[in-house]
Amino acid sequence: MTPSVPGREFLYFAWRNGKLRFGLALVLFFLGVALLGPLLTHYPPLAYLNPLGAEAPSATYWLGTTCFGQDVYTQFVLGLRAAFLVGLLGGGMATLIGMLIGFMAGYRGGLVDEVLNVLTNVVLVIPTFAVLLIAAAYLQVRSVLMECLFIGLTAWPWAARAIRAQTFSLRTRDFVDLARLSGMRPLKIVFTEIAPNMLSYLVMTFILQFGGAILMAATLDFIGLGPTNAQSLGLMMQTAVLWGALPLGAWWWFIPPGLAITAIVGALYVMNVGLDDVFNPRLRERS
Amino acid sequence: MPRYFARKLLIYALTFVLAVTIDWLIPRFMPGDPIANMLARVSVNTNAAQVMHDYYAHVFGLDLPLWRQYLNFWGRLLQGDLGISLYLFPTPVTQVIARALPYDILLLVPAILLSWFAGNRFGALAARNRWLDNVVSPVAYLFTAMPYMWLAILLAWYLGLVLGILPIAGAYAFSLHPAWSAAFGLSLLQHWFLPFLSLFLVGFGGQAIGMRNLIIYELEADYARYLEALGAPQRLVRKHAFGNAMLPQITGLALALGVVVAGALVTEVVFSYPGIGSLLLAAIQRQDYFLIQGCFLFIIIGVLLGNFIVDIAYVVLDPRTRRGMTGEPA
Repeated sequence: MTPSVPGREFLYFAWRNGKLRFGLALVLFFLGVALLGPLLTHYPPLAYLNPLGAEAPSATYWLGTTCFGQDVYTQFVLGLRAAFLVGLLGGGMATLIGMLIGFMAGYRGGLVDEVLNVLTNVVLVIPTFAVLLIAAAYLQVRSVLMECLFIGLTAWPWAARAIRAQTFSLRTRDFVDLARLSGMRPLKIVFTEIAPNMLSYLVMTFILQFGGAILMAATLDFIGLGPTNAQSLGLMMQTAVLWGALPLGAWWWFIPPGLAITAIVGALYVMNVGLDDVFNPRLRERS
Repeated sequence: MPRYFARKLLIYALTFVLAVTIDWLIPRFMPGDPIANMLARVSVNTNAAQVMHDYYAHVFGLDLPLWRQYLNFWGRLLQGDLGISLYLFPTPVTQVIARALPYDILLLVPAILLSWFAGNRFGALAARNRWLDNVVSPVAYLFTAMPYMWLAILLAWYLGLVLGILPIAGAYAFSLHPAWSAAFGLSLLQHWFLPFLSLFLVGFGGQAIGMRNLIIYELEADYARYLEALGAPQRLVRKHAFGNAMLPQITGLALALGVVVAGALVTEVVFSYPGIGSLLLAAIQRQDYFLIQGCFLFIIIGVLLGNFIVDIAYVVLDPRTRRGMTGEPA
């Protein structure tokens, strides 16, 4: 169990942790690009602008153009926005469902635990991606929000399992017993006694789910089952591959979207390793 | 052990029933009419089309009440009959899948097993060697952070087009026909390498990170400290740490099976590799009910089978499960 660190001390160690600083800086950089980037472009993302087709980056087209003459920069910054949205909502939802099921199974125990455990294991074994695929294909018009919903509904099992295990180990602690004896209601015990004591764990789960959701969305978008009415990084890679960016050597078309995803997800992982150091004094001493 | 297996089998049975139900349910409620699509390809006048539509709806059993369709689905499924593909009419779905299956086995089994072995090896080495750790860990994190298709695209672009040493599309050269010849075998191997490599690298990253963290955790455990205090050689301590870290990694292998489905699918799309992934995508684009169901079913069966093998391996390797000493390993 990770002990919770009081606020000021946490900030002190967090700031001293290079991994956390590096990861956070990178994520914030891309968040900045996602938020401000679209303000710097006045091209519509799908308009055929450049009559010469695919052209390398230049002063007019900052990240070059696609083989249709579309501006890659515009598509890129809009896709980045979608990626953050999916990470936040999809990853957030998966974390919430995982918390709900994990707390319930871990705190209640007994039959509730058994049933939820079987449910979790079943969803864990089913290749959720294949289910997602068919469900996404079922809808002809899809929005980014719908994609978040799909991802949130399928990505929760491992979070639920981890949170259940943690809750289980906290449930028999003295302070929880005390709260129970004082007549506190189960829901309140979970949220005021148990959850704060595994906050570090919950934060890290959310960060991993955030990255996982971005990757999952990119995969769905890449096979053409992403949002039909929005730009996304996966979609950029799909069109790039479909329309011969590889033989054309149009690296500016397929490198930026993948690089951005790799950088964001990688930075989240690095942040997580850093947070682990901050939350676990034992790890801190070792390094 | 009977309890352990009973639990596992219950979960697998439930998963299978649920999966088959989903499998039946989702394509059934997909918008669009596959028969109308099929008839649209042969232009006939509207009256004739109506007659043909009714005829095909009857042939495919789509005019029956839903509960009957569901029972029929199970009935035929248990006889190994998955229906007839609409888009490759009139080839039976099982035949279409049987043609794709060898490519998947060829690609996935080596990619999963080798990445697991190599990942465990390097992860364990990295845990006890600071220099190696500084090289392996960042690389491993990088591979897990990469979207599958981007890694595949980069490999195809660099090795296939910039250096031009490997082919990037198909399972064998277009000029060849499948045959038991050396030329065909070589072509098969050349086309196999890039998709294999991209799946291998992603799997390697995840497994190496998992193993590294587990070993570090195990080396801090009481038994490791006790052995050290007794003056046991480092090699012995590490051997025990490795053994203990292997168990969660075996469970990890089972979980990786479900994840690899997504990876295999996009990899097959990037490299136009004719496996079940490409087939499933083609089936979805053409709204081919039966083929979608068949592909999904084979994916489920593959994952369940893999999980079951892993479970058996777990029982063999962990004596505690055999004696019923452990509550719930997974």
